[in-house]
Amino acid sequence: MKRVSIVVALAIAVGLSPQVAGAQNPKAGSTAGAEKKKTTLEIVRENGALSCGVSQGLPGFSAPDDKGNWAGLDVDVCRAIAAAVFDDPSKVKFVPLSAKDRFTALQSGEIDVLSRNTTWTLSRDTSLGVNFAGVSYYDGQGFMAKKSLKVNSALELNGASICVQTGTTNEQNVADYFKGNNMKYEVIAFANADEAVKAYESGRCDVFTSDVSQLYAQRLKLATPADHAVLPEVISKEPLGPLVRHGDDQWFDIVKWTLFALVNAEELGVTQKNVDEMAKSDKPELKRVFGTDGNLGEQLGLTKDWVARIVKATGNYGESFERNVGSGSKLEIARGLNKLWNKGGIMYAPPIR
Amino acid sequence: MAIDARPPPPQLVAKLRRALGGRSGWKGLLAQVLFVAALFWIGYEIVDNARDNLANQRIASGFAFMSHTAGFGVSQTLIPYQESDSYTRVFLVGLINTLVVSVVGIFFATVIGFAVALARLSPNWLISRIGGGYVEIVRNLPLLFQILFWYLAVLGSLPSPRQSVSVMDSFFLSNRGIVVPRLAGEAGLDGFLVALLIAVAAAIVLPLYARRRLFATGKPMRVWPWVLGLLIGLPLIAFLIVGKPFSLEVPVLRGFNFVGGSRIAPEFVALTLALSTYTAAFIAEVVRAGILSVHKGQMEAGASLGLSRGQTLRLIVIPQAMRVILPPLTNQYLNLTKNSSLAVAIGYPDLFSVFAGTTLSQTGQAIEVIAITMGVYLLISLVTSALMSLYGWRINRSMGA
Repeated sequence: MKRVSIVVALAIAVGLSPQVAGAQNPKAGSTAGAEKKKTTLEIVRENGALSCGVSQGLPGFSAPDDKGNWAGLDVDVCRAIAAAVFDDPSKVKFVPLSAKDRFTALQSGEIDVLSRNTTWTLSRDTSLGVNFAGVSYYDGQGFMAKKSLKVNSALELNGASICVQTGTTNEQNVADYFKGNNMKYEVIAFANADEAVKAYESGRCDVFTSDVSQLYAQRLKLATPADHAVLPEVISKEPLGPLVRHGDDQWFDIVKWTLFALVNAEELGVTQKNVDEMAKSDKPELKRVFGTDGNLGEQLGLTKDWVARIVKATGNYGESFERNVGSGSKLEIARGLNKLWNKGGIMYAPPIR
Repeated sequence: MAIDARPPPPQLVAKLRRALGGRSGWKGLLAQVLFVAALFWIGYEIVDNARDNLANQRIASGFAFMSHTAGFGVSQTLIPYQESDSYTRVFLVGLINTLVVSVVGIFFATVIGFAVALARLSPNWLISRIGGGYVEIVRNLPLLFQILFWYLAVLGSLPSPRQSVSVMDSFFLSNRGIVVPRLAGEAGLDGFLVALLIAVAAAIVLPLYARRRLFATGKPMRVWPWVLGLLIGLPLIAFLIVGKPFSLEVPVLRGFNFVGGSRIAPEFVALTLALSTYTAAFIAEVVRAGILSVHKGQMEAGASLGLSRGQTLRLIVIPQAMRVILPPLTNQYLNLTKNSSLAVAIGYPDLFSVFAGTTLSQTGQAIEVIAITMGVYLLISLVTSALMSLYGWRINRSMGA
């Protein structure tokens, strides 16, 4: 018996070894420069769709609507990239990911871009092999508590039980905040936000903590949203934005400039409705943006009309904001910091020129 | 009809077997050495390849992160832990939580499992149907569902701390768990503990002595009055001599939660309940099969000696059944340990949750963290199975005697 198993194991090993050698080839290729690695843009074009990592269902940011179509602010970033690459915002494969799995999915190449309310931090930017392409939403962490507890401030939370989603910056911020204010707490960490909210609703925790935008989104899912209040304190900076893998600068540029195009379009007053009209404009700035002058889009590896494609697909940043999380949505979140820089906010994109 | 001769084994396999392991001596040895070398080579290639790819993607690798500050809180820790401790500490906290829930779960699963199996085999119609019903219901529902059921439906519906059910204002049951008074050590604690230790040691040694005496002289000896006397008497004497060893710390509701006392968290209770009742259903079937594998003549022999059904089972049938029960029972223990990783769904901070979950996503060191976690689960499983094999070996030896 023992011998048979050894024979079988050896046979498997022999069978595997060519694959091992094969797996080694790309490495040898890149060092010798004999074989060129495919760029992400080429891979996306070959697959015929962008593979985009999103959350597992966060209303306003990325959640399937009643018809099963993904919608939200993060989803619009994916659609805008697909529009820029394919001129078709529907050519996106959405991959729902938990907070814990999202980086591994990006590192391993399962997805081409991660657009999933992810906070930009130094350690994530440097040690995970990823690049943040910019900020699509300026957020901060807050607390939600039952109104019946009669808590008016996060500083009254000494000794409270706190439900949180594991693997998020929220988990560390809450530790910092309570330590900094010399308060005790008990943290119960769940693998995904829905479980954390369920435990909060059942009374296991006094407080649920997350980014403020998420608190509003999750509150909609509760049985009686009116019984719960978001406390005024915002305890951290949470700049959220899309990210890509290290090592493909062209793809990094495409994602980055897609985001900038959305913001610039709002600044220039280009909307989904007037985009065709604006494209005919004689203004030098608009001519550069719409590719009637110069070849900025082609420098990115896209086409001249890339901005027009993007705005036609999703509207500009402001339109996307209002539709998904702002006054046009159930969330009704005020623009706040996310207003354009010249309107009192900090949303600012480098110029397209 | 003539019986066909047994066909010869396929040529290829026979040849391979002859070439590799089929012969003893240096040729066999050479094959083994080459095989091990090949394994090492493949392993080296995998590691080297992964390291190069990680370096190319600029993903940090190595185990340096283990000494970095974790910076997040853990709800239940049996060793002191705070946010400023390292990931190594987090790993230990998670490991201990996993071991505790596994050991407690295995204990209860075994007790419930044996009870259900005996119930199922009982001549009493009602009891046997209850046992059968338990097994059929529990083992056919997914474990994750049962964990969530206990956590959200049963424990989640308990009142909040302010409306908690209390006994004598010192034991509290609420949706934050069970809070009980804690014994805080005082000056006379050491003497008291020594007395308790002596009593426990005596309680273990006495039955062994009685057994030996029974085998040697045939005289039975009543052990339990002695044991009981020692267990109560010795600590009592110590109490009288050295004075009050403990002070009772009664929990008080202050603000959001109870202050003071000891607390058993609902996550732990839910996980232990779900794991032990679920695994018990499988253990019950394993035990039932084991007992049925013992010839019914053994039962009759016991009865003819005038032993009761309980004595026959305990002294004659179960020892023989253990040989059959042990291997599948080991599997159930391993399953329970591995299933404890479902804790992540209800926020119990086990190894999988705080290390392969939080630590992994905070550091992004997927390969290292997963490798360590795999290694630890493997080690736990191997140790469990080694202990069970040791027990099986002892049973076999005593049967042979």
